[in-house]
Amino acid sequence: MNRCAIIGIGQTHHKAKRQDVSIAGLVREAAARALADAELDWKDIDAVVLGKAPDMFEGVMMPELYLADALGAAGKPIMRVHTAGSVGGSTAIVAAQTVISGVHRRVLTVAFEKQSESDAMWALSPRIPFQPQLTAGAGGYFAPLVRAYIHRTGAPDDVGMMVAVKDRQHALKNPYAHLRIKGIDLAMVRDSPMLWDPIRYLETCPSSDGACAMVLTDEDGARAAPRPPAWVHGLATRSEPVVFAGRNQVDPQAGRDCARDVYAQARIADPRRDIDVAEIYVPFSWFEPMWLENLGFAASGDGWRMTASGVTALGGALPINPSGGVLSSNPIGASGMLRFAEAAMQVRDQAGEHQVDGARRALGHAYGGGSQFFAMWIVGRDRP
Amino acid sequence: MSASRARRRDVAIVSFAQLPPVRRDTARDETELVQPVVTAALRQAGLTRQDIGFTVSGSCDYLIGRPFSFVTALDGVAPWPPIAESHVEMDGAWALYEAWVRLQQGDVDTALIYAYGKSSLGDLPAVLTMQLDPYYLAPLGIDAVSLAALQARALLDSGRATERDLAVVAAARRGGAVAELLATPYLVAPLRRHDCPPISDGACAVVLAAGDAARRHARPAWIRGIDHRVEPHQLGSRDLTRSTSTAIAAEHAGVATIGPIDVAELHAPFSHQELILRDALGLGAEVAVNPSGGALVANPMMVAGLTRLGEAAARIHDGRARNAVAHATSGPCLQQNLVCVLSSEVAS
Repeated sequence: MNRCAIIGIGQTHHKAKRQDVSIAGLVREAAARALADAELDWKDIDAVVLGKAPDMFEGVMMPELYLADALGAAGKPIMRVHTAGSVGGSTAIVAAQTVISGVHRRVLTVAFEKQSESDAMWALSPRIPFQPQLTAGAGGYFAPLVRAYIHRTGAPDDVGMMVAVKDRQHALKNPYAHLRIKGIDLAMVRDSPMLWDPIRYLETCPSSDGACAMVLTDEDGARAAPRPPAWVHGLATRSEPVVFAGRNQVDPQAGRDCARDVYAQARIADPRRDIDVAEIYVPFSWFEPMWLENLGFAASGDGWRMTASGVTALGGALPINPSGGVLSSNPIGASGMLRFAEAAMQVRDQAGEHQVDGARRALGHAYGGGSQFFAMWIVGRDRP
Repeated sequence: MSASRARRRDVAIVSFAQLPPVRRDTARDETELVQPVVTAALRQAGLTRQDIGFTVSGSCDYLIGRPFSFVTALDGVAPWPPIAESHVEMDGAWALYEAWVRLQQGDVDTALIYAYGKSSLGDLPAVLTMQLDPYYLAPLGIDAVSLAALQARALLDSGRATERDLAVVAAARRGGAVAELLATPYLVAPLRRHDCPPISDGACAVVLAAGDAARRHARPAWIRGIDHRVEPHQLGSRDLTRSTSTAIAAEHAGVATIGPIDVAELHAPFSHQELILRDALGLGAEVAVNPSGGALVANPMMVAGLTRLGEAAARIHDGRARNAVAHATSGPCLQQNLVCVLSSEVAS
């Protein structure tokens, strides 16, 4: 079993419409930046692992076939992962496993979404025989879970708005972020339209075009890398069914199991103490306190207190989403990989204005489906 | 690049189950396609769901015409308590590859792989057009059969095969007299109906086990090598009469070094593609090719590749074969190919 390190990271500038590039141009922009960071060339890559969310988001079926050329994969292995919203994380994990298993030495992993090519709201509102039609996209699905969380915990209604403000303030420090809202404050969020009660317009993620890429390698590759690597200390996935009687969709067992697994691999006894910064998948503001509990950073029912206390802001004891998170950039298929990559950027001291001082260990987290698919990794500055 | 680096962990296919593919399965949804094959494969392996360390599937949303089809399918494995799981939007053969990689890590010993496809729900050749470069190829509206016909024409023009050779392949896989087949009209010249795959709905499942977990089985089909490669998407960028990606994958999988090969299960949806693949794999006349009938007999999309691996393994399980080669393909004109070498003997 080999160690795995991240030696190259690249992402695009995320925008509502990247009409200046094709889909191939978009993924290549991120991949070229990751290769430049690693000071490697396309020919140095053994294999490519590509991830994205449903193909209907662009209207291209199995786009790894068309993108093989742009990603320099001709003559090499290429795989395509799809695990719903968690896919960016799952894709990085599949790539890392080819290194850990000793099958490949240097792997390029890429995730993207070019939402402007199609209409995600349409694609997320399918009419399926014998099932009630979901006509309200992801927000319509998740709003009842947020309501349930507020009901169960008695959280005051401004906690979600605090997250919305905090993550957009973080985004102002991230040159790649899609939403950069100058002067963002609670009043601006409160005054924005209610979309899916209790989720307001400014408490939701945007629709973005964007891509993210990483170069993963083994110990020898890490030693030869021009810049300090981020080391993989643990990685895990968990899945559970979308519906069954008694399923706790607000605090899913799969998320708890996944966190426990990844902490055990990284020898983390107390995540609040042992993790310096976390990039977690928060597409709707309230999911920050919900995931703080699910991930064991806060006791059940206390996630909102942790958010309200300010410790999750940059400068706080446990900064969450210093990049601005999914609330600021949401190229869906890439959103999970951006969490994983931003976590790695933090422990490589590479995050610029949104760097957390002295970050040594970071969590990258993604979830998808009906809060049922989870992917996580712990990365560290030190070799495990 | 990859073949000979570290000593690999010994991993075997220990069970395989499939639904009899049909032209149109209107009764079953994804969950109902997956549940019976998963149950059968686990029973055959003597395992329960709780024994499985890793689960991974292959399927494609575009066949069903909805996003997140695999999410519904997951109910077919009853993933509770939560499971470590993954999914590729590819043929299940690549899911098996992911599982094989995962088992190399050494912390889990068993993996469940499944694939399902309902190709009947749409106009399949037209749906496959959506697989093409969305800017330069898909707008031309060229369908999958026409693309295959272009490839067949290139092969005939190369002088390495005749229309009769194509009919011989078709006759061997699906029956009929060669002369009679040649008397039928073209579907898309130079392909006749018998040169083209049927449209099928189906599902299959495989269980992989590593080391001692595999040795518990009477005749595990050991994976002696597995590799996959892709070629440029643009048809003008490659020689359609050769499958260079299959040849590279075969070299890394060790097709030439395994010794006498008894059987080869090749994922060749079109008759001429079997000829191209046999050539790329260097298979001699003594190798029994596609005793299952192959994709010319049943071609459930996203399933047919994994089925080749399962069918080849089944021949080792029941003692009919000692060494086998299995192959899966994806994309227009054999763009992407996976090669797996299976043996009744574990690597020495």
